[in-house]
Amino acid sequence: MNPTRLWAIARKEAIQLRRDPRSLIMAFLLPVALLLFFGYAISYDVNNIEMAVVDESGSERSRALVHAFESSGYFDIVEYPARYADVDDLLQRAKVRVVMVIPPRFDRELAAGRDAAVQLLLDGSDANTATIAQNYAAAIVIRYSSDVLLHARRFVLPVEAETRVWYNETLESRNMIVPGLVAVIMSIIAAMLTALTIAREWERGTMEQLAATPVHRLDVVIGKLLPYVGIGLFDVALAIVAGLLIFGVPLRGNILLLAGLTLLFLLGALSFGMFISAAVKSQVLATQVAIQTTYLPAILLSGFIFSISTMPIALRAVTYAVPARYYVTVTKGIFLKGVGPEVLWVEALAMIIFAAAGLTLAIRSFRKELE
Amino acid sequence: MPEAVRVNELTRKFGDFTAVDRVSFVVERGEIFGFLGPNGAGKTTTIKMLTGLLRPTSGSARVAGFDVGREIDQVKLNIGYMSQLFSLYHDLTVLENIQLFAGLYGVGNDRFADRRDWVLEMAQLAGHQDRLTGELPLGVKQRLALGCAVLHEPPILFLDEPTSGVDPISRRNFWDLIYGFAASGTTVFVSTHYMEEAEYCHRVAVMNRGRIIALDRPRSLKAAIQEPVLEVTTAAAPRALEVLRDAPGVIEVTMFGRAVHAMVEDQAAAERQIPEILAAAGHSVESIRPIEPSLEDVFVSFVHRSGGTLAE
Repeated sequence: MNPTRLWAIARKEAIQLRRDPRSLIMAFLLPVALLLFFGYAISYDVNNIEMAVVDESGSERSRALVHAFESSGYFDIVEYPARYADVDDLLQRAKVRVVMVIPPRFDRELAAGRDAAVQLLLDGSDANTATIAQNYAAAIVIRYSSDVLLHARRFVLPVEAETRVWYNETLESRNMIVPGLVAVIMSIIAAMLTALTIAREWERGTMEQLAATPVHRLDVVIGKLLPYVGIGLFDVALAIVAGLLIFGVPLRGNILLLAGLTLLFLLGALSFGMFISAAVKSQVLATQVAIQTTYLPAILLSGFIFSISTMPIALRAVTYAVPARYYVTVTKGIFLKGVGPEVLWVEALAMIIFAAAGLTLAIRSFRKELE
Repeated sequence: MPEAVRVNELTRKFGDFTAVDRVSFVVERGEIFGFLGPNGAGKTTTIKMLTGLLRPTSGSARVAGFDVGREIDQVKLNIGYMSQLFSLYHDLTVLENIQLFAGLYGVGNDRFADRRDWVLEMAQLAGHQDRLTGELPLGVKQRLALGCAVLHEPPILFLDEPTSGVDPISRRNFWDLIYGFAASGTTVFVSTHYMEEAEYCHRVAVMNRGRIIALDRPRSLKAAIQEPVLEVTTAAAPRALEVLRDAPGVIEVTMFGRAVHAMVEDQAAAERQIPEILAAAGHSVESIRPIEPSLEDVFVSFVHRSGGTLAE
């Protein structure tokens, strides 16, 4: 390695980057756009579920049950169809997702101290929302029945679970998504940024001139990486600020630890992009390969959206080979749990291995010899 | 340092195809050494092996006294290389390109200002150092590329078809630069497919189908030609060329401006027969006369003598 040559390459790369609008957009605009887009679009929070109520009982007791739904905040009662026959139409047109039917004998059965059934119809075409709605509705109905029971018999429930959620007290999915999102976006951007860099030299014929100089391939690879490492760190900082200010996500851990682990992750992801670039020697193909190999694994197999612990064993094994998996754990851990090296050393070790492997691949695949 | 370049049985194969076939030669220091031959003859492949861009399949070569297989870093420090495809960075300015190559060749800060000014003047770019390289005319770019390739003042310069695609005046200017380098002691190894450029070289190696088929001073090469060459002027030279190609006693015909050069076996017989053959095909001959062979004719003659056909 020769510092003068390495610096000459890094400087040249930075100047080229500055003059290339496509790279600038990818480096500075795309990450922010993705963060805003995904940050607002992905949400598992289910509030104000549209609901219809067919109250055939029309009693004080049935109105109390409807009120329990309304005041929960989870349901928004938008329709009171008079007849049961109208229900089908409402569900089909997706005007409502939940329908509750209270039968005429509801009041009588309760008054007599017998079981009274209410019917809940759920739109299963959005299974996720349906499941959540079902749980909320069941909870409200159970609460209501126990009130009825306690009121009638003057009992106290023997066991009551007092739940408290740690790390994300309000269970806002945004708190969980944004830190993971930073990791996912950087996986994609990092590989795409460097995917262009060596392929461009081959396409423009500048590689030959470079190869005829005494510059070593280590100088070329490291020199080319430097400006992108700078951009990557800047992007992460930008995403963190946006997460804090726009999405109000808490940052509980050490920001320097986050910066250090981010650097490790970027080294791996950027060298991987460079490896692709040197291996395929075409900008278009390299970009395609970079997107294909980072986008889906980062979204599906990193634990960003889908919990790794619930995956089938075979798929769980695959996730160990996805670098984003470790970085997602790091960002979530530092943002939400405020954990330190005593927990994250495993991830740090994994990312060191990925960085070393990426650099080795990039340097080895980069042939200065023209075949 | 002994000779600038010593090549021994150098061979390069691409699969079954032998691009360079057991080539041996020596280039003396301070010489302008020309490499002449059609596209695909193996000139570029040979130069790439000598500049460390391609590994030889077999054989050996020493450049500036260093082995191209084992001491490639030393070789690269002692050579400048400029290829037929202009390959500076178009999105860098003139100065930025100079700075980049100064950095890569290890031109220190103490020498940089001198070398920069020298390149700017040589490329006629003084006062234009902040222009984007991509915006420069081709001839100027070529001079800048040459300047960047010799920033470190290498003793040996490799130029692979440096003037292809450049207009004749720029080409002439470029050769003035090459003479300048040679005058100051630099060895220049230059390949070209322009026959008239080969006349400027001290010695010329003629290459065809991976082999060197002749190597000598241009004048000696011409003197060595035994076959007489006739210049035939007719109204429709291209069609006359087609007719004469298969005529008996004619070895090879080439277009030369508006005339046809015919290399023949027997001068007297040909001077009699060619007008008859052309007349039979409906072409009248305006003049026919023996001429001093050009290097192009030399090339044709040597290909003929080596029993081969032209590459391509």
